Amino acid sequence: MFLIYCPHCGEHREEEEFHNHGQAHIARPLDPDSCTDEEWGNYMFFRKNPKGLHHELWVHAAGCRKFFNVTRNTATYEIKEVYKIGEQPKVVE
Amino acid sequence: MSQKNRLQSGGRIDRSKPLTFTYNGKQFKGFAGDTLASALLANGVDLVGRSFKYSRPRGIVAAGAEEPNAIMQLGATEATQVPNVRATQQELFSGLVAGSTNGWPNVEMDLMGLVGKVGGKMMPPGFYYKTFMYPQSMWETYEKVIRQAAGLGRSPKEYDPDIYDKMNQHCDVMVVGAGPAGLMAALAAARGGARVIIADEQNEFGGSLLSSKETVDGKAGSAWVASVTKELEANENVLVLPRSTVNGYHDHNFLTIHQRMTEHLADRAPNGQVRARYHRVRAKWVVLATGAHERPLVFANNDVPGVMVANAVSTYINRYGVVPGNELVLMTTNDNAYHAALDWHDAGRKVQAIVDTRKNPTGPLVDAARERGITVMAGSAVIDVQGSKRVSGVSVASISEDGSKVTGSVKKLSADTVASSGGWSPVVHLSCHTGSRPVWDDSAIGFVPGKTVQQQLTAGAINGHYTTADALSEGLQAGQDALEKLGLAKAEVALPESAQVSESKAMALYHIPHTKPTSQAPKQFVDYQNDVTAAGIELACREGFESIEHVKRYTAMGFGTDQGKLGNINGMAIAASALNQTIPDTGTTIFRPNYTPITFGAIVGRDCKELFDPERYSAMHKWHLEQGAKFEDVGQWKRPWYFPKAGESMQEALNRECLATRESVGILDASTLGKIDIQGKDAREFLGRVYSNAWAKLPVGKCRYGLMLKEDGMVFDDGVTSCLGENHFLMTTTTGGAAGVLTWLELYHQTEWPELEVYFTSVTDHWATMTISGPNSRKLLEELTDADVSKDNFGFMDWKPMTVAGVPARVFRISFTGELSFEINVQANYGLHVWEKLFEHGAKYNLTPYGTETMHILRAEKGFIIAGQDTDGSVHPYDLGMGWAVSMNKPFSFIGKRGMKREDCVRADRKQLVGLKTVDPNIVLPEGAQGVFDPTAPIPMPMVGHVTSSYWSANLGRSIAMGFVKGGLEKMGEKVYYPLVDGRVVEAEICSPIFLDPKGERQNV
Ligand SMILES: [Zn+2]
Repeated sequence: MFLIYCPHCGEHREEEEFHNHGQAHIARPLDPDSCTDEEWGNYMFFRKNPKGLHHELWVHAAGCRKFFNVTRNTATYEIKEVYKIGEQPKVVE
Repeated sequence: MSQKNRLQSGGRIDRSKPLTFTYNGKQFKGFAGDTLASALLANGVDLVGRSFKYSRPRGIVAAGAEEPNAIMQLGATEATQVPNVRATQQELFSGLVAGSTNGWPNVEMDLMGLVGKVGGKMMPPGFYYKTFMYPQSMWETYEKVIRQAAGLGRSPKEYDPDIYDKMNQHCDVMVVGAGPAGLMAALAAARGGARVIIADEQNEFGGSLLSSKETVDGKAGSAWVASVTKELEANENVLVLPRSTVNGYHDHNFLTIHQRMTEHLADRAPNGQVRARYHRVRAKWVVLATGAHERPLVFANNDVPGVMVANAVSTYINRYGVVPGNELVLMTTNDNAYHAALDWHDAGRKVQAIVDTRKNPTGPLVDAARERGITVMAGSAVIDVQGSKRVSGVSVASISEDGSKVTGSVKKLSADTVASSGGWSPVVHLSCHTGSRPVWDDSAIGFVPGKTVQQQLTAGAINGHYTTADALSEGLQAGQDALEKLGLAKAEVALPESAQVSESKAMALYHIPHTKPTSQAPKQFVDYQNDVTAAGIELACREGFESIEHVKRYTAMGFGTDQGKLGNINGMAIAASALNQTIPDTGTTIFRPNYTPITFGAIVGRDCKELFDPERYSAMHKWHLEQGAKFEDVGQWKRPWYFPKAGESMQEALNRECLATRESVGILDASTLGKIDIQGKDAREFLGRVYSNAWAKLPVGKCRYGLMLKEDGMVFDDGVTSCLGENHFLMTTTTGGAAGVLTWLELYHQTEWPELEVYFTSVTDHWATMTISGPNSRKLLEELTDADVSKDNFGFMDWKPMTVAGVPARVFRISFTGELSFEINVQANYGLHVWEKLFEHGAKYNLTPYGTETMHILRAEKGFIIAGQDTDGSVHPYDLGMGWAVSMNKPFSFIGKRGMKREDCVRADRKQLVGLKTVDPNIVLPEGAQGVFDPTAPIPMPMVGHVTSSYWSANLGRSIAMGFVKGGLEKMGEKVYYPLVDGRVVEAEICSPIFLDPKGERQNV
């Protein structure tokens, strides 16, 4: 049970209020129609599964309904930082 | 029966309050303050169970949570049965009814005992692995034997009459354990102004001080405990939780506590009180002061009733006034355990000998024993025990200095009780729950908490510092440290004085040698609860299991409710020795929640029966109930399924509802459809990106059906969206898909296209929606509105604001039945009023309410899909024959467009949705039936798609179905066969899914 700081609400809230949406920073190609099958397949299907730091997309589903990013250690479950959509992580390997 | 082992005075029991209880059908007496275990021992009850694998008689070994044998079934009635309660943790109350769980058919005369050897052979180490390698049919045979023999307790067959609840708690400092260390930590944190929770699993605070004769601050330990507890209770910032086991320590300092509120009072919670409470605690800092469990030694026949851990002997004497025997032999590797012999002697019973494994024990405790005339046999060990249902004697021999071999001749001593101590094992369970690996500490001869990522402090015996003085000072330090971490000032707390008894060095010894090799010696038990022996662990190592985690799983050591409290370290030491490694190299297994078993009631709390899941009702729900509607769950909604009249079968009701709608007019409560209000200057652009069809030119006042796809091109929801204003739309979704669609829209807006100005608001509950459908629907509507709803002024796929039954309404001329239809939306509070007005005026048209089932039939007659029934996340619009709902020419590459172009999506032999007409019109295909092209093909036949929707159509007088068929859109008129489970093969013709009114004339009137 994580305690997650929502950067929009400005408060720590229980994990129950949030949903995880997988790996963060997966940008939709700007021109999907010009993507090769391989490029499109990479966008669609390939995700990291690291042991250690992971940048994740979360949504404050039962709160402000805003999406934001979380840098989390998948081995220790430490949340290293949260940051808004459009921002870059400060904690990187 | 008299309490033959009860002392005349002493202990924390109240001799003026005798209590009667029943154990295995016999009545006994104990006193207030007893545990079930102390009362059984007071009455001289030696046997409390039979062992799991070998069916050996077992007695009480310990005095606390670590008790492996005395696992009881409690409950005076069927409904109040509680399995797997440790007798050492159950307080006695008048009328308590208990039975041993693992005696089958009873502990005294045990059937499994007769086949004990068979049982033992049937379950060698590695039993689980070896069994799973056999065919599955064998497992069922084994399982029956195990279930019967193992006596794992049984759950009640009746509904639990008690109530339970949950509480969310927040605090600055959570102190786990209220022994000397925990009390000092809590005292300091509380005086420093922190919000504190202190929990202890026992009925009284005090921990080790309750069962020793030590003094603190010049007074009896228990008196010091009482004064500190009083101060904590008086502080409004402190929550004091006795009888509360901290069972789990989870991520981000989240802890769960199982508080037993009334289990010490009666069989059922008195006067409607809450029986147990589950606290969910979020703490800023946690102080673990969980103490240590004494480690028994492993020697031959060490499971005969009467063999106990040394500290338990002291506890029963000092805390409960019970001496559990007459003649004691104590075997120890350390000074501390001498207390057991001194207490025994001082209680007036005979200590036959102290058998010390060390060559030359010295110190004040050793002197105290000798002064009392107790024989101390140094450099020796109890290598074997005589007796079956009770110890009758022991074999003692001298051993080598490293404790690995028997060196001298064997001498027999008479005894009925053997106490043993191999030192202490810090209770690192909670620390391990967070993923922290414990580390070996040579001076503590035990594992202590390792590196942690939690906001965690530790104090006292958990750190491997076992004296009361250490507990007090480390507890104080932890409390002060917590204050500092919280940014609070140090508290004014003086360190209490305690007697420092010097102890000489303990010996690191776990496994006592026998004159025979381990594999041939009598059984030497490591884990009583799982019947794991030293020989079993050595066998596992010989069979090639080198990782301690593998040895654990192979032998079952530390499994289940026991969680290795007594046996784990001994087991690891034996494995290390067999593998020629050190204990730190061998490592330890990880303990998992829960620390002790927790009743399901406490986990569930109030979330049962009608509170198990929220139920959602439409504004007209009361009317549906009054009409006797049958309901269907759609998500959390209770939707009317059909409205049977008296004596009608379901099919008869459906036939009537379907015919009435197409002949005159029917009405559906469609309030549950998801409704999302979309506004902003880029709303239209946004719709074009998330729907597969075009939205650029939809004028105000018009509605359009849309398909929503995922990026892979697969349909995930559908619905009608209406243009309310140039920058304002109302989107409808499927009932079950509403929340998912809203999240989907937010996801793309917030993460991909934040530059678009658009806002989404769920308005599902704001509107009540009623759909009137059928040739007389317009006439009915006209009676309730002044608006012009004629064919020419209110066309198909138009919407208009108007007043209906005196209430402002939005009316949409859309149809899911293929009939002339009007969807009337009013503010939800007016829903029932308008609904009733419709019936008032509709009686002359035979206005017929219908539910979801008739809705499904009517739409299937028209070939309309239901997302989630006719789609499953693997079909794109072209598979559904709905290419008309895709606009490939839109400038923006809408979600799903690129996905649909993938090689796999353009195969000609994809499964495609088609209509299916059974050759025999009376057969209704089962939904889910798999089709084949050649029913004579050998099994397994190649399957070509399944039936998604199938009904009896009263309007058509035959069955109709829709389903997927490989390349089906090109196979019109061809046959497909459905071999059913009952052996029939149903032949069907592939056809258009539009069974009725293919030109759509009925809705264009
Ligand atoms: Zn938020």
